[in-house]
Amino acid sequence: MPFEGIGASVRRKEDVRFLSGRGNYTDDINRPGQLYAVMRRSDRPHAKILSIDTAAASKAPGVVAIFTGADMAKEEIGGLPCGWQIHNKDGSPMAEPPHPVLAVGKVRHVGDPVAVVIADTKQQARDAAELIAIDYQDLPSVSSTPDALAAGAPLVHDEVAGNLCYDWHIGDKAVVDGVFAKAEHVVKLDLVNNRLVPNAMEPRAAIGDFDTSSGDYTLYTTSQNPHVIRLLMGAFVLHIPENKLRVVAPDVGGGFGSKIYHYAEEAIVTWASAKVRRPVKWTADRSESFMSDAHGRDHVSTAEMAVDKDGKFLGLRIHTLANMGAYLSTFAPCVPTYLYATLLAGVYTTPVIYCEVKAVFTHTVPVDAYRGAGRPEATFLLERLVDCIAHDTGIDRVELRRKNFIAADAFPYQTPVALEYDSGDYQTTLKVALENADYAGFETRRAEAAKRGKLRGIGVSTYLEACGIAPSAVVGSLGARAGLYEVANIRVHPTGSVTVFTGTHSHGQGHETTLAQLVCDQLGVPLSQVDVVHGDTAKIPFGMGTYGSRSLAVGGSAMVKAMDKIIAKGKKIAAHLMEASVEDIEFANNTFTVAGTDKSKTLTDISLAAYVPHNYPIDVLEPGLDETAFYDPKNFTFPGGCHVAEVEIDPETGVTDVINFTAVDDVGRVVNPMIVEGQIQGGVAQGIGQALLEAAIYDKSGQLMSGSMMDYTMPRADNLPNFNVATENTMCTHNPLGSKGCGEVGAIGSPPAIMNAVVDALKQYGVRHIDMPATGPKLWSIIHAGQAKMAAE
Amino acid sequence: MPQVTLTVNGKQHTVTVEGRTLLVELLREKIGLTGTHVGCDTSQCGACVVHVNGVSAKSCTMLALQADGANVTTIEGLAAADGTLHPMQEMFREHHALQCGFCTPGMVMSAIDLVNSHPQGLTEKEIREGLEGNLCRCTGYHNIVKAIAAAAPLMHAK
Repeated sequence: MPFEGIGASVRRKEDVRFLSGRGNYTDDINRPGQLYAVMRRSDRPHAKILSIDTAAASKAPGVVAIFTGADMAKEEIGGLPCGWQIHNKDGSPMAEPPHPVLAVGKVRHVGDPVAVVIADTKQQARDAAELIAIDYQDLPSVSSTPDALAAGAPLVHDEVAGNLCYDWHIGDKAVVDGVFAKAEHVVKLDLVNNRLVPNAMEPRAAIGDFDTSSGDYTLYTTSQNPHVIRLLMGAFVLHIPENKLRVVAPDVGGGFGSKIYHYAEEAIVTWASAKVRRPVKWTADRSESFMSDAHGRDHVSTAEMAVDKDGKFLGLRIHTLANMGAYLSTFAPCVPTYLYATLLAGVYTTPVIYCEVKAVFTHTVPVDAYRGAGRPEATFLLERLVDCIAHDTGIDRVELRRKNFIAADAFPYQTPVALEYDSGDYQTTLKVALENADYAGFETRRAEAAKRGKLRGIGVSTYLEACGIAPSAVVGSLGARAGLYEVANIRVHPTGSVTVFTGTHSHGQGHETTLAQLVCDQLGVPLSQVDVVHGDTAKIPFGMGTYGSRSLAVGGSAMVKAMDKIIAKGKKIAAHLMEASVEDIEFANNTFTVAGTDKSKTLTDISLAAYVPHNYPIDVLEPGLDETAFYDPKNFTFPGGCHVAEVEIDPETGVTDVINFTAVDDVGRVVNPMIVEGQIQGGVAQGIGQALLEAAIYDKSGQLMSGSMMDYTMPRADNLPNFNVATENTMCTHNPLGSKGCGEVGAIGSPPAIMNAVVDALKQYGVRHIDMPATGPKLWSIIHAGQAKMAAE
Repeated sequence: MPQVTLTVNGKQHTVTVEGRTLLVELLREKIGLTGTHVGCDTSQCGACVVHVNGVSAKSCTMLALQADGANVTTIEGLAAADGTLHPMQEMFREHHALQCGFCTPGMVMSAIDLVNSHPQGLTEKEIREGLEGNLCRCTGYHNIVKAIAAAAPLMHAK
């Protein structure tokens, strides 16, 4: 048997299906008698709905039904719920205004759904949707984050004064202020974390399928967590008990966070399917995705570090404004708080930290977690600030980082912002990254580039993130309205093959391969005899899904626990069959042996006995070999590392070319190195996209200007270099695999590395900071202003 | 409503369509070949790329009627009858050039046309520029570029 266990770069089991056009994405599914839904969405940011006239649309060819918010309101359907409650500084709960499934009375962002048309074909539904006459009274709107808090700003929700969702903080302000008052240097930086559109390549889709004979509902949906959708939609929106509601998330074409949340369209098609007593399918156009998928980031911050004369960090003080959009998306409130401020120690020994976060409502698409979620915002802020400290104090930026690192022997390390890190070695990841990037040889390359008229820069970021979320009791105390354990069911079949039922969900991560490798490793079953099932609430006991780089650290750990139970039961059966005591049975390489003898039974011998229990300890042991485990993590996991970016800027155009990108990440135990490298490469590409290309831009009137792939710059193959990716791992100390997670590291470490490199390239012009994205026109202006200033001097 | 007759993956189909029906809609909804995907509505992402008379085309930017009489190949038509993958499919698998799989059909179809149109071989730069019309959000393109570079000599050797 070839080596297929932990550490093997086996090729993916799912690939032949995807490469042959036999994937099964939601829009590929068609149910008998299916109708098509098209949403009529608001084309204005803020307006009163005076009337909705559906008469002409109702008579259009093929139209079966049209529903508005008023139709849903009649049935006492709940609003879309928020899954995390943050408390204000004074202990009061955050403002949590209603989020109707279809708009009632008012629209609050461009893209807010107002009505749904259901027709025989998608074209007919689309044609009819245009015939709906909506009489709006336009109202003033606010879309920019800082403007939302300005005196007299238009209110997004009448009941939310000043558009303030919450005013939260962490740390002791008086203590931190005291440190600042006495510090040698105070280095300050204002910065913006640009708003992004996740843009998974598969647009969202949903099919509601009501079974008129059983009264059961099935929802097929593009989700990262079908059980969470069943819980939220069933319990809070449509009031359907779990036993009557099945949620299937089949092959899903990328998520990056945007497919975690419970969206209006899922509830609409499920509810409407029962109304029209036929299946109803909705598939987003990309333009709809831009105005209805949750956006990411959108922070405006002021950061200050108190530093002593030797460059030691003494205290950090942060003020952040975070945009929530028009309504609270499922996990939105936790992103700028517990996924952000708790990460502000980073890899440094900063002893005291105070962070204040005001979350605001605006007339924009809701904002929620996007790849990294809060941690990229924290990392960008810290790593830009560290470079500014180097700039202002004259201390070398690499030396400054080394001087402030948490030492490899300091773990477990308690930060001043709640987290306790279990392991890491930041000196090593930095050292290896600098070697891999040939940092020492950079000045030669800079000089060579200068001869070609190019501005070359190098940037470093040393970062850390918290993932493997999360201990249920801890997140519960912080406001989560859910547990964040994971579930695995391991079914050993009579002839020894295995099916894994996991509550995690794969939408590109390769779980069908990686999770199967865990079974190869622990039970010794060949990969070809292991299948992984995910994404169906009718098949899997329960699960919290995939996000926050949790699938292996949490879901994999649940599998280990379930397989431990399989082995424990197998030992009892083996002891019976081999007439030995259970304590003498050992299991390895798919075989149970009696210690010190040559007696052995394979796992297949045992599974066969378990399902055909003729010679079996039936009085004390149930038949079957099928075990379920719930695993609640003991702590977060803390991947980290160092990214080094090398860029060249063309002063004629301002365009930045990423010449080299080096990542050395600590992701804990690696199961499939090929897949891990792929995850890091993809994350880095998204980070470079944020740094150089991407921005969701609203104009003053509240229109989304970057509302299509013509206007929003997605990274393409010729925008990116080859990536030099490696890992230098320390093990997670509190889960059985030692794995930390790798899904987000790329998107977290890379934006500041790129921006530090861009700033470095432009340092001759006195540049200290540039906000993302560093587009050609922006850099061209900086370069030309700099050149003019230098000429004048 | 007008009719269109075309050959898809070697099989002839005559289908009644609306004048505005797109080729991708015909493939997905009328013929049931759901391997060709729709990822955008502005002809930017390339998830819908198929071959029309041997050349790559964005099937979301072409009316079904324009394909009347054409020979269309989709991702489903690439592998041999016994399931043996096309060298491009095989190299995508070997080099982990796909993650979620959604852009993959269009990416593979574009890549094959790119290799076919460069019999003299391809530099990395040419591959990257040749993929301008295809978006992937998962891989960062690194492994896609490697897969195409590896597939090119295998295809030319055939």
